[in-house]
Amino acid sequence: MSFIPGQPVTAVVQRIEIKKLHQKDNLILGFSIGGGIDQDPGQNPFSEDKTDKGIYVTRITPGGPAHDAGLMMGDKIMQVNGWDMTMVTHDQARKRLTKKKEDVVRLLVTRKSLEHAVKQSMGSSPGLKHSGATYNHNLMQ
Amino acid sequence: MDTESTHSGYSYHSSRSGRSNRHGDRSRERHKASSSKDSSRSERSVVINPPDTPSQESPVHNGEPLPGEPTPAEAPGDDGQDDNWGETTTAVTGTSELSISQEEVVGLGKGIQDRTQGFRRYLPLAVGLCVGLLVLATPLVFLLLPAVMWPDRLQACGAACEGLFLSISFKLLILLVAIWALFLRPGRASLPRVCVYRAFLTTLTLLLTMSYWLFYGVRILDAQDEDYHGIVQFAVSLVDSQLFVHYLAVVLLELRHFKPSYSVCVMRSTDGETRHYNIGQLSIQRAALSILEYYYRDFPVHNPALLSASKHRAAKHLAGLKVYNVDAPGSTAGAQPGNGNQSRAMVTAAAKRKDNAHNELYYEEADYERRVRKRRARLVVAVEEAFTHVRRMKKEDEQASPSDIMDVREAALAIFPSMARALQKYLRTTRRQHCHSMESIQKHLAFCLVNNMSPKAFLEAYLSPGPTLQYGPERWMADQWTLVSEASVTSGIKEGTEFLLRCLDFSLAVTVKGIPYIRLTEEYIDAKSHKFLLLLQSETSV
Repeated sequence: MSFIPGQPVTAVVQRIEIKKLHQKDNLILGFSIGGGIDQDPGQNPFSEDKTDKGIYVTRITPGGPAHDAGLMMGDKIMQVNGWDMTMVTHDQARKRLTKKKEDVVRLLVTRKSLEHAVKQSMGSSPGLKHSGATYNHNLMQ
Repeated sequence: MDTESTHSGYSYHSSRSGRSNRHGDRSRERHKASSSKDSSRSERSVVINPPDTPSQESPVHNGEPLPGEPTPAEAPGDDGQDDNWGETTTAVTGTSELSISQEEVVGLGKGIQDRTQGFRRYLPLAVGLCVGLLVLATPLVFLLLPAVMWPDRLQACGAACEGLFLSISFKLLILLVAIWALFLRPGRASLPRVCVYRAFLTTLTLLLTMSYWLFYGVRILDAQDEDYHGIVQFAVSLVDSQLFVHYLAVVLLELRHFKPSYSVCVMRSTDGETRHYNIGQLSIQRAALSILEYYYRDFPVHNPALLSASKHRAAKHLAGLKVYNVDAPGSTAGAQPGNGNQSRAMVTAAAKRKDNAHNELYYEEADYERRVRKRRARLVVAVEEAFTHVRRMKKEDEQASPSDIMDVREAALAIFPSMARALQKYLRTTRRQHCHSMESIQKHLAFCLVNNMSPKAFLEAYLSPGPTLQYGPERWMADQWTLVSEASVTSGIKEGTEFLLRCLDFSLAVTVKGIPYIRLTEEYIDAKSHKFLLLLQSETSV
């Protein structure tokens, strides 16, 4: 999940679709995020590379929409509804997730166990189609 | 030999064979140095030369040991290795006083030696006085001689000469005070060798004066110079040169020693007490003198009673290792396997004892700590209670009965018995009972009462050993130090110099290291350059 500046970022991602929940005229998703390019990456407990300034899921409300959709704590969010989340400030990330006009957010998240699973499955049977998608993003764009 | 020998009471204590031969040798060395005092007293009898001071192991204070202290037993004298057998005798026979023997002749010789010892102490002072007088008198003589020898032909000189007279008189006064301050003070120590710089300066001064005299004699006395102004200027230049030589003396003898350039490590051989000091450029003997002054100030007093435990352990260790084969090898062939078993058993027993030694030490030390703490607690309580019985008299107490009012000495004597026992037991447990006599404790108590000290302040003197000077002069042994050095003692100390200062029971090992050359660099920081970033890690729930 680390990146080399100038090189495309490659990660194994999982698509997660979360339907927002109406709660007291707020639309909530049921998780908390941390990170951002304006934050201190060294304090992030979930990142492997302590210079990674991406957005991470820090907490999931049990029984909430995110939990039901399969989001897990420690996931790094790569895209939200097509918008990139790898190089955004904390506030921008929050805004993109809490747009009142959208009922559903489609996230692309990555986690370490995904890579392991893919590697194992690729190692055991090379031709098998895997459920996750590979995420390519050129940071120079 | 038919001789009469006189003992003083101290000799019983000094010859105790607690640390047998080593101590005996030392006491004989002391005999040589101090015998003269006694021999000069009586010409008709040879004395067994008692030491000037009682030994460390069994000192007595004013002849009275602490109450309850077991009186030291008389031990037989140890005549093991007697190097000076021809000079001393240990015969105790009651014979007539009229017999003269060979030893007395030797004793007379020692009397002369004693006088020279005293002479040597005042030699630097005498030399300083002579040179000082010469230095001060010479300019005056230079000025007076022409006025005495050819007064009629002298040209009178006016104000210029008077100015020069004034300056000569003040400079001579300053020189007099300076010489007194630097050279004519009583020496605080007697060093083994002459100080090189002092000798050099004395020679320089004498050389200077002699050369001036030479010039004076040739140019002025012989030629009978009439120009008095020139003569006065000549005398003034002499005084100036002498002042500059004195300045050189100040720099060489005093200032050089102050700037610290070496760090010395001083370690006592018996208990490993170590201190570090910074000293300047000194000769080895002067450095030894400084270190001894620091020793008397900083090191806790040497207590031989604390070392007996480790000696016992060492003795037991050695004893455990010896395996004797009592039976001769070939005597009884049948007993050979028995002997082998026996020796093997002894070896294993010795090995087991060695293994248990650390165990014993641990439990012994824990037990000792506990005992000391218990006694200390009792002592503190006893002293605090004793101090509550006494109070300084206030104005309103003047109506109290006169029998209750007492001066400080009586007050100290009154409250002393209640704490004496606890104090004595504590001192016995920490093995310091011989450092404090009853009278010294009472004196200290009176001092504390006069100065309104708390019981804790009174006790501090007894809870931890203080520097050597705090105790009586019999502990100082200031005349027993020997400097042992491989390099010449007048050479300067250098990096890596090592020497030994040996006293009677212990020695101080001194190592010298140079203070490193410190290179200090500077870095300029603009006050506006202190800027900070705020690092956040916020968590937002969506």
